[in-house]
Amino acid sequence: MSILCDKSTRLIVQGLGKMGQFHAKLSIEYGTQVVGGIAPGKGGTVVDGIPVFDTVRDAQMKTGANASVIFVPPPGAADAILEAADAELELAVCITEGIPVIDMARAKAALAGSRMRLLGPNCPGVVTPGQCRIGIMPAQITRPGPVGVVSRSGTLTYEAVDQLTRLGIGQSSCVGIGGDPVIGTTFVDALALFEADPETRAIVMIGEIGGSAEETAAEFIKAKLTKPVIAFIAGQNAPPGKRMGHAGAIIAGGKGRASDKIAALERCGVTVARSPADIGATLAQRCPGLAG
Amino acid sequence: MNIHEYQAKALLRQYGVAVPEGRLATTPAEAEAAARTLDVDVVVVKAQVHAGGRGKGGGIKLARSPSEAKNVASEILGMTLRTHQTGPEGRIVHKVYVEAASDIARELYLAILFDRAVEKFAIIASTEGGMDIEEVAARTPDRILTVHVDPNVGLGPFHCRRIGFWLGLDAAQVKKLETFLSGLWRLYLERDASLVEINPLVVTEPGELLALDAKLNFDDSALYRQAEVRDLRDPLEEDPREREAKEIDLAYVGLEGDIGCMVNGAGLAMATLDMIQLCGGKPANFLDAGGGADKEKVKEAFKLILRDPAVKAILVNIFGGIVRCDLIAEGVVAAASDLGVKVPLVVRLQGTNAAQGREILAKSGLDITTAETLGEAAEKVVAAARGGSA
Repeated sequence: MSILCDKSTRLIVQGLGKMGQFHAKLSIEYGTQVVGGIAPGKGGTVVDGIPVFDTVRDAQMKTGANASVIFVPPPGAADAILEAADAELELAVCITEGIPVIDMARAKAALAGSRMRLLGPNCPGVVTPGQCRIGIMPAQITRPGPVGVVSRSGTLTYEAVDQLTRLGIGQSSCVGIGGDPVIGTTFVDALALFEADPETRAIVMIGEIGGSAEETAAEFIKAKLTKPVIAFIAGQNAPPGKRMGHAGAIIAGGKGRASDKIAALERCGVTVARSPADIGATLAQRCPGLAG
Repeated sequence: MNIHEYQAKALLRQYGVAVPEGRLATTPAEAEAAARTLDVDVVVVKAQVHAGGRGKGGGIKLARSPSEAKNVASEILGMTLRTHQTGPEGRIVHKVYVEAASDIARELYLAILFDRAVEKFAIIASTEGGMDIEEVAARTPDRILTVHVDPNVGLGPFHCRRIGFWLGLDAAQVKKLETFLSGLWRLYLERDASLVEINPLVVTEPGELLALDAKLNFDDSALYRQAEVRDLRDPLEEDPREREAKEIDLAYVGLEGDIGCMVNGAGLAMATLDMIQLCGGKPANFLDAGGGADKEKVKEAFKLILRDPAVKAILVNIFGGIVRCDLIAEGVVAAASDLGVKVPLVVRLQGTNAAQGREILAKSGLDITTAETLGEAAEKVVAAARGGSA
């Protein structure tokens, strides 16, 4: 078991530019079933062995695709997300960085009536070790196992996963939810999926400054989760009012500080690693016997 | 992106939002002429900088004649204005806005922003105008009303009535608020704003609504489709290094310490600053080299870091996913030899092509300290900055 994707996932790629093609290739090499690509006006052609379609609907009908990864540039990205939902896919993973907030706010509100789950935007995607890779993560650092990883950051996810793998602790799925103000799948959504996944025995959650998603997650963990959660919050020394790379990572109006998030998580029974170098060790200490 | 008050008010006028008459001036003589054209008993001379708290800092003054406006402007122009938002270094005032003073009966507060917690737009109203809204929220939260607006439904007259009557306006003023608020709403959506704040919104003695001050922020991600907004950028208000970084597509934030940092990814970059601090060091900057980091970009990043004279050591921390560590290593070697880097350099490479990257560093013959883990890298760079060997 795993969450969001597995061996049976049939993936299409929206936005077959240089980056889309490059990562489609890596996903195929990892064993992911990439069944099609979308390039309006180029339907019927083949790129790198991937059949190309004009629309997502067309690709879905002809390939039985149930998931999409989106590399479409910002001006068309929200439209691409809604196209995937309109084609009734189960999952869209949006990698695109820099989508205007208003576009995403409208798209997210429109998704409320759809059956599709959105991951991202501005996220590294999801890897289910040994089964499926959607997005841009370096899957070679992962290893199959019992720990669910969920993070707002890209490279910090790799750092955490790498620490786990070096300790011999494998992962059920590694999920990057993205660093934008409006995202599809939240910490709470991902935590609920890991809680319901029988293979996941513990969860690592990587948060950062800005917004209140970590505080909301803390309350949810206290109320609903039976599995142990360990966390790290990046940006403990970030100055207020400065956007730290991610559009969402900003301490504004005295809100979104790391110290408040850490306190909220600890109050709700989460073990928080103080040092980013100790994420793996903190988990190993709290949950002995995960390595294998 | 932020803009000046005078620019914000010009935009508000375009959207039919009532603002006082005003003129921009860059010299005392221009301020005098502006006061004369306004032809009112009292004018307000306001420093134009991207920071709140201007009044308390001495950047806003009244003048009762054109010649007094000239004198007041000569005091404000060129001054270094320090407020709670400028930091201790303050901002030099290059422009003043000369505005007709208003007869104020009541001061209210109105803002539109995006509420991340509920993923809807929010209109914030308060009866306590002219105050710091965060202070009002902390002390008297019952004097703040938050009304959420669905992104796909938009602002309706009922929202305006709810806000207007809650603010204690009479029926005629509520009608005026509807016009006022719908102007703000259209501006927010059409110009991709991230904050529209009117503080204070005044009710004048004759019962009119006026935006006495205006703060507009815009969504950086949407600037590609907002040419007119983009043109309002004032480079003098931006940190020169942050501006330069933006031009070469790097995210840079200057900090107070002495350890220069170059990292790929915002989360890892923040975690690296945390790690340095935990090891007893102080970072000089946040720098996210991004997913497209290559040889050229690394070199540009080094130039930027080295421009800060406080930097005593540099840490490069790269976890390759999309980014290839061998390309980063080539960039580090090129930068270190071409730019003549004289401070100790600690490099940690992990992920895609890390082994090749480390080999490039080793073969370069340059004095570069390498590290395997994040903890080790931070310890080494902190030691190096203290003058010990890396």
